[in-house]
Amino acid sequence: MSEPATTPSGNLLVADDVRKEFGGLIAVNDLEFTIPERSLVSLIGPNGAGKTTFFNMLTGLYRATSGTITFDGHDVTDKPPHAITKLGVGRTFQNIRLFPQMTAIENVLVGMHARLKGGIVGSVLGLPRVRREEREARVKARELLEFAGLRRVDEELAESLAYGDQRRLEVARALATEPKLLLLDEPTAGMNPQETVTFMDFVARLREQRPLAILLIEHDMKVVMGISERVTVLDYGEKIAEGTPREIQTDERVIEAYLGKAATH
Amino acid sequence: MRGYRDQAVRHSRLDAGVGQWRRLPRPVRTFTPVVVLLAIAATYPFYLASLPSGNVPLIYSFPSVRSAVTILVFTTMAVGLNVVVGYCGLLDLGYVAFYAIGAYTGGWLASGQFQQVKFHFGSVGITHDARGIHISIWLVLILAASLTALGGILIGLPTLRLRGDYLAIVTLGFGEIIPQFVRNADSLHGFDLTHGTFGISPIDSPGFGNSLHNSLGLPASYQQSFNADRLFFWTALVILLVTIFCCIRLRDSRLGRAWIAIREDETAAGAMGIPLMRTKTWAYAIGAFFGGAAGAYIASFNAGAFPSQFNFNISVFLLCMVILGGMGSIWGVVVAGVILSWLNVEGLANIGTWLNDNVFPSNHNIEVAKYQFGIYGVVIVLMMMFRPQGLIPERRRKRELEEGGHGPLDDSLYEMRGADEPGAGERGSPGGHIPRG
Repeated sequence: MSEPATTPSGNLLVADDVRKEFGGLIAVNDLEFTIPERSLVSLIGPNGAGKTTFFNMLTGLYRATSGTITFDGHDVTDKPPHAITKLGVGRTFQNIRLFPQMTAIENVLVGMHARLKGGIVGSVLGLPRVRREEREARVKARELLEFAGLRRVDEELAESLAYGDQRRLEVARALATEPKLLLLDEPTAGMNPQETVTFMDFVARLREQRPLAILLIEHDMKVVMGISERVTVLDYGEKIAEGTPREIQTDERVIEAYLGKAATH
Repeated sequence: MRGYRDQAVRHSRLDAGVGQWRRLPRPVRTFTPVVVLLAIAATYPFYLASLPSGNVPLIYSFPSVRSAVTILVFTTMAVGLNVVVGYCGLLDLGYVAFYAIGAYTGGWLASGQFQQVKFHFGSVGITHDARGIHISIWLVLILAASLTALGGILIGLPTLRLRGDYLAIVTLGFGEIIPQFVRNADSLHGFDLTHGTFGISPIDSPGFGNSLHNSLGLPASYQQSFNADRLFFWTALVILLVTIFCCIRLRDSRLGRAWIAIREDETAAGAMGIPLMRTKTWAYAIGAFFGGAAGAYIASFNAGAFPSQFNFNISVFLLCMVILGGMGSIWGVVVAGVILSWLNVEGLANIGTWLNDNVFPSNHNIEVAKYQFGIYGVVIVLMMMFRPQGLIPERRRKRELEEGGHGPLDDSLYEMRGADEPGAGERGSPGGHIPRG
C-alpha cells in the first residue's frame, strides 16, 4: 500500500463552522472539517448523526445555513451540484442512484458530461471533432468499467446488474467526473462481509493508482478502521472525536455514543 | 414455464425466415425497413389513385394527399414533443403554444399582415407591389423555428425550476395564454398584431421562384402549381425526416444522454455534473424548434393562421401520440402520430361512414366522429392496462421487458436492499428526494 503523503501539502477541502438547520432541528452543528490532499479520511457516527447531511452540503445538494466550504481554493458554499462536480468532487449515494434504464457504459458517459464538449450543432451534423470525442469517451468509459472490476456488462442496463456491481458502477461513474475528491456514502451498506472486503481492497487500489482524496462515510466502525488515516466521529451533528483509528477506538465519548452510557465503565 | 414454451413454439415457426434475416449485416437490417417504408410513403401520391376507394373495409377510403400533409405535420410535432416528454421526462401540457407561435411567426413574416411596411425577400407567387413582409417560406420555416425555440427558452427559464406536476400545470397555463393572446392582440395600443379572431390570411406559399423553375425545373410556387398537394406532401415528408434525423442524432449525443439521465434521476444527474436548468431548457428549446417549424409550415399550407386552430385538445392529442407510441421511442411516436392524426383528420369519420353503410341498420346511423374523445380515452386506458410501454417501446425499455425486469440474479439480490431500508424503491423517483442518513 502506498503511504499517503507524510506531510500533506495542504487541505483540499476546508469546511469552516458549517451548520445546517431543518426547521428547529440542528442536523450539523458548526462543524470544522478538513480533508488533506490525497488522504483517506472517514466520517462515522450513529444513524442520524448528520453524516449524509454534511455530505450533501459538500456536494451542493443542500445549502449550508451558515459557515463556508472551500474546495481547492474555490468557495463552493452556494454553488449548485454540477458546478461543484466540475471543480472536482465526485460522489456516490447511500442508496444507489444509478440511471436504471441506461446501460452501464452510458452511466459512465453521463459522469463524463462536464469533461466533454460536444454541442447541439456538432452532434446533429456529426462533425468529426464530436465523433472523435465520443469514440474516445467510450474507450475511456470501458477502461473505467474494467478498472472498477466490471467486465462484459457495458451494454447491460444498470438496473439489471447485481447489487455489488451496481455499487462498483456508481464508483466508476463518479470517477468519470475526474474528481480530486471522491465522496463515498456508506459504500458497503447492504454488502455481505466478503463483498465488503473486496470493495475495501478496491478502494485501496484506487488510492494507489489515482491522485485523489477520499472521504468515506460509514456507520460500521470496523470497515473504516483498517484503511483510514483519520477518523472523525459525529453525533447529533457535532464532532465528538477526531484522530487516528487507534485513538478513536479507545475514545470514551465514541464508545458512549455507539454503545450507550452503561458501556463506558 | 408457459412463457418459455410459447417462445419455443414461436421460434420454431419463425426460425427459417428469422435466421436468414439475422445473418444479414447490421446496417442492412437497420436500414432496410426504413428505406422500404420511406419508399412507400414517398410514392404514396402516385399509387393513391390506384388504391381502392370508397367502401374499403373499415377505413372506407385511404387518406387524401391533403389529409396526409396534415398527418405528417402533426407527426412532426409529436416527434418534437417527444424530446421534451420522452427524453427529458418533462411533462408539457402546453405544446400547442409552440405550434401557435410558429404559425403566427410564419404569418407575420410571409403575409400582408403588416400593411405599414413593404419588405420582400425571396418570396414567390405575390405581386411586386404587395405590402407587408414577404420572406421566402424556406427562410421563414427556420426563422419561425428559431423564434419559437427562443419562446421555449423564455417560457422555460421561469418554469423549469419546477418539478413534476407543478411544471405540467404551468405549461398548461402557457398553452392557454398564447392562443388567448393571439385571439385578443388585434389592437395593442391600436397596433394590429394578430388580426384577432379573423387570423392572418392569406399566408404565402412555398416555392423556388421563377429563376430556379426555369433552370432546374423546380416548382416556382406550390400554390400555383398543378400538383400543389403533392408538393406540400413531399415537403412535409422531408421536414418530418429532418426532424427524425436531428432527434436521433441528439438522442445519441452528450446532450441526449444528459436528458435521459435527468429523466431517470434528476438529483443524481446534477451530482454527475449536468447543469439541470440549462439542459432542461435545451430540451424545451429543441422541442419548441420543431413545433415552430411545423406550425409555420402548416400555416403556409393552409394559407392562414387562425386562433381557433390552437386549443388545449391539440396539446393533449400530441401527448397521446407520444404516450401511445412509447415515450422516448422515435419510431413508436411516428407510428402513433400517423395513426392518431389520421383518425383525427378523417379516419374516425370514414370508419363511421363504413360502419353505417355496412354494419349498423340504416335507421340507426351513428356518427362515430362525435365520440372521438371517448374513443381516444378508451384507447389510452386500454394501452395503459395492456401495453404501458407504448406501441414500439424505446430500445432500453424493451430490453428491460424482454429480460423480465432485472437480471438473472435479480430477486435475491434485490431483496438485499431491503424493503425497510430508507430509500428502498425510491430510486429514480421524480420527486428528487434527497436521501438522508
